[in-house]
Amino acid sequence: MNKILLIIQREYITRVRKKAFIIMTLLVPALFAGMFAVIALVANQKDNTLHYVNVIDSVGTFKGNFKNTPYVRYLYPNQSVDQAKKSLKSDDDLVLEIRKNVKDSVLLFARKKTTLSLTDYIQGQMNDIATGAVMVKVGIDTARLHKIRSNIVIKSTEMTASGEQSTNIGATYALSFAGAVLIYISLFIYGAQVMRGVIEEKTNRIIEVIVSSVKPFQLMMGKIIGVGLVGLTQFVLWITLSAGISYIVGGNTSPTNAALYSFLHSLGANAGYELLCFLFYWITGFLFYSALFAAVGSAVDSETETQQFMFPITLPLLFTYILSVSYLFMVPDSPLAVWLSMIPLSAPVAMMVRIPYNVPAWQLGLSMTLMIVGFIFTTYIAARIYRVGILMYGKKASYKELAKWFFYKE
Amino acid sequence: MLSIRNIVKQYAGHTALSDVSLEVKSGQIFGLLGPNGAGKTSLIRIITQITAPDSGEIYFNGQKLDQSHIERMGYLPEERGLYKKMEIGEQMIYLARLKGLSRDEATKRLKIWFAKLGMETWWKMKIEELSKGMQQKAQFVATVLHEPDLIILDEPFSGFDPVNAEIIKNEILELNRKGATILFSTHQMESVEELCDAIVLINKSKKILEGPLKDIKGAYRNNVYMVEYEGQQLSLNGTAPFEVVAETAGEDNLHTIKVKLKEGSTSNDILQYLMPKTRINMLHEVIPSMNEIFIEKVSKIA
Repeated sequence: MNKILLIIQREYITRVRKKAFIIMTLLVPALFAGMFAVIALVANQKDNTLHYVNVIDSVGTFKGNFKNTPYVRYLYPNQSVDQAKKSLKSDDDLVLEIRKNVKDSVLLFARKKTTLSLTDYIQGQMNDIATGAVMVKVGIDTARLHKIRSNIVIKSTEMTASGEQSTNIGATYALSFAGAVLIYISLFIYGAQVMRGVIEEKTNRIIEVIVSSVKPFQLMMGKIIGVGLVGLTQFVLWITLSAGISYIVGGNTSPTNAALYSFLHSLGANAGYELLCFLFYWITGFLFYSALFAAVGSAVDSETETQQFMFPITLPLLFTYILSVSYLFMVPDSPLAVWLSMIPLSAPVAMMVRIPYNVPAWQLGLSMTLMIVGFIFTTYIAARIYRVGILMYGKKASYKELAKWFFYKE
Repeated sequence: MLSIRNIVKQYAGHTALSDVSLEVKSGQIFGLLGPNGAGKTSLIRIITQITAPDSGEIYFNGQKLDQSHIERMGYLPEERGLYKKMEIGEQMIYLARLKGLSRDEATKRLKIWFAKLGMETWWKMKIEELSKGMQQKAQFVATVLHEPDLIILDEPFSGFDPVNAEIIKNEILELNRKGATILFSTHQMESVEELCDAIVLINKSKKILEGPLKDIKGAYRNNVYMVEYEGQQLSLNGTAPFEVVAETAGEDNLHTIKVKLKEGSTSNDILQYLMPKTRINMLHEVIPSMNEIFIEKVSKIA
């Protein structure tokens, strides 16, 4: 046991000391902070300039029917289009030409590129006017219609033991979504690190010295746990640093921080629950997959040979990931989603996506139990392949070979 | 010290060891010989408990071999390697701690060894910054740092230049004098003759020769003598008490003949026969070298 600790210590310390680790640890929060800053900047930059829109309406329906707003004013000059274009006073002003019976019958002219929100706004108004005009024509009382038209905005409220509280389903969802993506990515990153570590020990032949001191199983577990702790360390540092940077950079009053606070606040009680689920699925998923990665590493002589074994391992994960982010989150209670969140191969990603939608306790319990059974199972298989594989050189391993190794006596 | 009894090890498709038994006595330097693929490394891996035998037993100082004996062995594999990116000092302390040494004790002993072998400046260096010979030296120190009772060396001299090979050889002898039993496998028969007290020869998974080196060499004496004489070349006929195996003529009327005694004659008979005929400069018995014994035994089986 003491020896496993020694191995864990070495695996952990050599990795954490690496430049790549330090750079990654600093870079990611910086990128996040940068991203937040850009988002805040964009969100703040509302179009505050005054636009005059010169409407040249040869249809007649629209003339006089546009509604002015503080930033968009409509003028109806009696000019031709060319005259209107020439007589624009400022770069922010526009000419809107509405033509009769031609293709592309509405044209908007401006000296500068118009923003999408402005064109959208004008387009929306025109559609309203046109529909209204047609309704009047066919005899529908638009005044009554406006009365009937409802304007419903849902404010979702969650009932908890401590009373009702408003939740932001978007924020909860975003967090679990981010969790699924993070699990997916880190299973690959850290799983590959385990694999590379095994290959390194095998190719530089230190393996024989080590396994004459410890059992191959101890070495494998030590490596897996050591790398896992590196991953956890990285997460913790990322979260702390991101929070720290955004606090320092943003200050208390900045919109970035306010957004972050409201985001965190809106998660409410769910945050803790989701974080625990994330940790559970990250750890068990990592143990599950990295054992397989370790077995692959032991079977080959160099990283280039790993392809044939990597494919069947990564395929289910990739499949689940693509399905989760594109489809499963819309139907979190569909049989497919439920099944995928039960099978240990896909559960870490699939279940994370389902978490915000109140997964029944028995399903969560079953999935977690299966995860634990699953990683014990893969560790057992991997250890049997690993103990033989690490001492095999120059032999091109096939699946048949791996099966043979599995049944070797010791 | 080490008693290996009826070890059988089979891999899918071939037998690595079939019914191999041998005894290594405490304080011996024991040579494990055999051509490539004979099963030497398989046997060593079983002794170091890297793999387990299909059948057979091993006793270490009278106790059945188990995990607790691991810390009393030091193993230098044929294919050597260390972590490339790790500093030497740190790495060797790590390896020693895996063998059960405390950090302080490992550091203390390592400093003594580094001073002894002129490696003090290496402490903070990474393995990849060292030459191959230097790496081997470091690995040798890592093998013996925990002062094992049994040191197992697989081809210890390969990769060393003559100077360093000599240093390592002397270290092995010194460790042996201090009480360590040494089991080493090699192809270099000169080092066997120089170092080994006893040997075992394995070929194609079977033990074909075993015993103290002296006895084995004695058993392979075949009454062949080398004679050098001066003067006219003799024409030897059937009356001589020996047969000429080979004959070479040297400069200045010096002639060398390699002769094999006939049944019942001794070396004195050679002298008696030749003395009246010529002037004898030298006569010595040709004792087969380990090299010859090795080749003879192995090729006979093949």
